[in-house]
Amino acid sequence: MTKKIITKKEVEYVARLAKLEFNEEEKGEFTSQLNTILDYFSKLNELDTEKVEPTAYVVSQDNLLNEDEIKPSLSPEEVFSNTPYIQKGYFKVPKIM
Amino acid sequence: MKEEVVIGLEVHIQFMTKAKIFCQCSTDYLGKGPNTNVCPICLGLPGSLPVLNKKVLEYALRTALALNCEINQVSRFHRKNYFYPDLPKAYQISQYDWPLGFRGHLEISIPPSGVRRRIGITRVHIEEDAGKLIHEGDIASSTYSLVDYNRSGIPLAEIVTEPELRSPEEARIFLMQLRSIVQHLEVCDGNMEEGSLRCDANISIRDSQTGVLGTKTEIKNMNSFRAVKKALEFEVERQKKLLAKGIKIVQETRHWDESKNITVSMRGKEEAQDYRYFPEPDLLPLKISPEMIEKIRRTLPELPESRKERFIKVYNLPEDDAEVLISNKALGDYFEKASAFYADKKILINWVRGELLYNLKEKKIEVEQSPISPEKLVGLLKLIDEGVISGKIAKTVFEKMFESGKEAREIVQEDKITQITDQNELIKIVDRVIEENPQSVEDFNQGKEKALHYLVGQVMRYTQGRAKPDFVSQAIKERIKN
Repeated sequence: MTKKIITKKEVEYVARLAKLEFNEEEKGEFTSQLNTILDYFSKLNELDTEKVEPTAYVVSQDNLLNEDEIKPSLSPEEVFSNTPYIQKGYFKVPKIM
Repeated sequence: MKEEVVIGLEVHIQFMTKAKIFCQCSTDYLGKGPNTNVCPICLGLPGSLPVLNKKVLEYALRTALALNCEINQVSRFHRKNYFYPDLPKAYQISQYDWPLGFRGHLEISIPPSGVRRRIGITRVHIEEDAGKLIHEGDIASSTYSLVDYNRSGIPLAEIVTEPELRSPEEARIFLMQLRSIVQHLEVCDGNMEEGSLRCDANISIRDSQTGVLGTKTEIKNMNSFRAVKKALEFEVERQKKLLAKGIKIVQETRHWDESKNITVSMRGKEEAQDYRYFPEPDLLPLKISPEMIEKIRRTLPELPESRKERFIKVYNLPEDDAEVLISNKALGDYFEKASAFYADKKILINWVRGELLYNLKEKKIEVEQSPISPEKLVGLLKLIDEGVISGKIAKTVFEKMFESGKEAREIVQEDKITQITDQNELIKIVDRVIEENPQSVEDFNQGKEKALHYLVGQVMRYTQGRAKPDFVSQAIKERIKN
């Protein structure tokens, strides 16, 4: 039996932020699946991480920087090769207000 | 209730690097077709990896140090997540809890008194610009938008102030002085109309007796210094009126409508924005050594404040003139260049502040693009000094130079507008004016000085300003006496 870490309400909120729509059945399914996953991760809380730096990166390297130099950009054929929605050199998208 | 205005600004400046922030596409897209300066990185194609441009880091450090910030020796990038078609990755690479610079300040001086106010700088961080949406025809009725990603990935710094500005005018002055600083740092051209410097404002009213802070609103879309002042003035009045009626102010984003001179609610945000920031795994934390900070600090160029002091000291300019010159780096440069060839700084500053600024403003031209170079202006002033043309004629010549970009000497020769030095010719005209204006002559004889000015004016009119006024005045007096 997994603990209730998040509720259906939170699943609905995250779905809204991600612009996803689910039916009631799916919402229930995701709530329980996410709780299982989060519960699994909460195992990590058993360890004392007080003195460990949070890690977001798996490699350690000194600053990797580009020189401020220009390289050729893509050709129009390449730029638009993944979309049929082109108008006068622009990407055409549904209107967002 | 005794009210106090509380304003904080959020300023974005575009850095003048050659390449974009995380790829090597050119930042120079003015006059180029849409989507010509794009690559997999700034188009956000899957699998592409960003690499920070070294110059961006350097420019951001310059900016942060010039604003007296402390520098985080380890600084991180975060992803700011939201959906909008101008943001191809659906997140903006920005900084969050580890900005490059923090806890700085900028001391501004408020004209005309010169009272100094220290405005806290909360943070200076690096981020990328988004693309541009273009609407064809009528926004309301069109069903689609067009996207140009040339601006996507242009490097930006975001500069956030503490809510310490006390009036719309103070906000405008702060912004002007901040612009002058980034221009002097040579990191940003500070052109608000073209969007290389952009400003949003948070504004609220505080009860100065109880210290209770009112609800704030955020104002966007202010595209000039004047618009910042006008939008904030409108918002102060709007909030005060609501408070006076006991109506609660809604926390919201409002859009400045330049044509109607009002701020309009942008609505639609029923819940607070949730950007779900998380560390950008594609970019390593920036490590900034004390040596690097020191190196940049040592090589900071002269900033407006010390330049002003120098102008006052070296050129003997009044503070007010010096203030105008440093308010725009290019104008200060113009003056210094002209100064090298011309000794009388007082005459020079009058022409720069007068004719030059007037014509530039009138024709909406930047100082850098002035058709009259500093050398050409000096050429004109020398013609006055040599007595070739009068000061009045010089103004006409100036306008012609401004139109054509020609040298003063060239225009004077072409239009034969040198002063009439033939005294006999002038005396003839003087006699004619005396004959035609008996009333004025009589007035003058009765001691009315004004009548003399009138007569001189008539001679200038006949000669189209080509006579020396003091010679004419002397000649009239003599002819009337005889």
